[in-house]
Amino acid sequence: MSAQTAPLTEEGRFRSLFDFYTTMVRTAIAAQLQYRVAQYFYMLGMIAEPVIYLVVWSTIARQHGGAVNGITAGQFAAYYIVWTLVRNMNIVFGAPFWEWRIREGRLAGDLLRPLNILHYDLAFFAGWKFVVVGLWIPIAIGLSAVFHPDLHPSALEIVVFIVAIWGAYFVRTMFQATIGMLNFWTTRGAAIFDLYMATEMLLSGRLVPLRLMPGWVQTLADFLPFKWTFGFPIESLVANMSTRSLLLGLGAQVMWTAIGYVLFRFAWRAAIKRFSAVGA
Amino acid sequence: MNTLRVGWLYFRIGVLNELQYRVNFFVQLLQALIQVGTGLVMLSLVYSHTTELNGWQESELLTLLGVQILLGGFIHTFIQPNMELLMQDVQQGTLDYALTKPEDSQVLVSVRQVRIWQVVEVISGVILLFIGLSGVQGSIGPLDALAFVFALGIGAVLVYCFWLILTTGAFWVVRMEHVLELFEGIYQTGRWPVGVYPGWLRYSVTFLVPVAFAVTVPAEALTSRLHWPTLLLALGFAALLFAFTRWFWRFGLRHYSGASA
Repeated sequence: MSAQTAPLTEEGRFRSLFDFYTTMVRTAIAAQLQYRVAQYFYMLGMIAEPVIYLVVWSTIARQHGGAVNGITAGQFAAYYIVWTLVRNMNIVFGAPFWEWRIREGRLAGDLLRPLNILHYDLAFFAGWKFVVVGLWIPIAIGLSAVFHPDLHPSALEIVVFIVAIWGAYFVRTMFQATIGMLNFWTTRGAAIFDLYMATEMLLSGRLVPLRLMPGWVQTLADFLPFKWTFGFPIESLVANMSTRSLLLGLGAQVMWTAIGYVLFRFAWRAAIKRFSAVGA
Repeated sequence: MNTLRVGWLYFRIGVLNELQYRVNFFVQLLQALIQVGTGLVMLSLVYSHTTELNGWQESELLTLLGVQILLGGFIHTFIQPNMELLMQDVQQGTLDYALTKPEDSQVLVSVRQVRIWQVVEVISGVILLFIGLSGVQGSIGPLDALAFVFALGIGAVLVYCFWLILTTGAFWVVRMEHVLELFEGIYQTGRWPVGVYPGWLRYSVTFLVPVAFAVTVPAEALTSRLHWPTLLLALGFAALLFAFTRWFWRFGLRHYSGASA
């Protein structure tokens, strides 16, 4: 009977992909919930970074009559506390880990699975987010009690923010995966990854709100993907952006996800040709 | 004496091992340049909006950044690799190989590895330190220099103790790899004078995590801010913490039954 052996219809393919994602997300939640102490170690180390920036900038704001470039201490607090959530959403399968994946021989096994490896990473880290965000809430409450953020988002801003943090997750996944392909050519990519991270740090709004940067840096950032992973999601909630720029921002995230995906496909095809399994 | 001999022997083996991978020197050099570059950008951003931060001028903070990177390089060369190996040994059950040796176990787990190329970071820290000092007003006497070296030594001991206490936790909490991020995160607080932090955080990074003693105190010695009682306090605290670390390590060991036993 030819009908039974025919490939899945388009609708069936989507349904099975959906099933795959929900199952992976549930598995990731169950797996990561076991290691709560480890997660908190990780998070406490991570919040040190924004707390330092916050303290430095609010000290300067206070020294200069309450604001730097029009940003008050309370607004800095809002920016960097929202930062901690966005940073958690931004954790993806990072470029340096592709080296581990290849070196430990895991990639060979992953290649035998029916879906592209990117699906597994996307689904697994997406599931982890639910655990991370749950554990993050007490930290956010603590930080808010100490630093008094000035935060009054509208309903639309909250909705855009919720979409935008996932947009940031997709954009960052695509670009980290693309850069990760370098590991197929060299085992010493560390310096390049550091350079990439440093560029991201300066041009994304991770180090400081982009408004504090010189004008030419802001212009440069407009043409690169970085600010859509940090600056935009944060500001969609803390800065009073117009509806138009909120929607344009989401559009930019979709565009950069698509560009990142095309780049990844291109790099992946070239990379996989060079791959010979460890142990083969 | 024997402790020094064992340490020296492991150091020589470690160096010989690392010398096989010479390209790593260039990788490290690039990484150090990026690290210094980002630090400088942050400093210039801050000082484009203000002339002093909590009483510290730009060149003084550059000195502080130099000290932080210098000490960080020392940690990455000598302390962190050993602690990572220790955590890995506890997780995989291979610590028994170190424990069954006749030498003191704390000495052994502290000297087994060295990542010599990280010395590049120490050098870049020293360079920053001198550039910063050239802009600092007032001269530095031999006594200040001596106090600086002394304070830096105390800082190294403090960081070592803190790291070993954390790592000893692996005897109870086996999955410890995130401690690395925790330490790196907290260590970044050392880039700024401890006085800028609000009270609760200032005390935490002074006594709970001794980053302030380790980085701010040496930098104070170079910028004529150091009071002798502070140095004495740091010395006393280091002695106390060292004794506690020793006790805690032995306490942890008594709780450790090995993975294969």
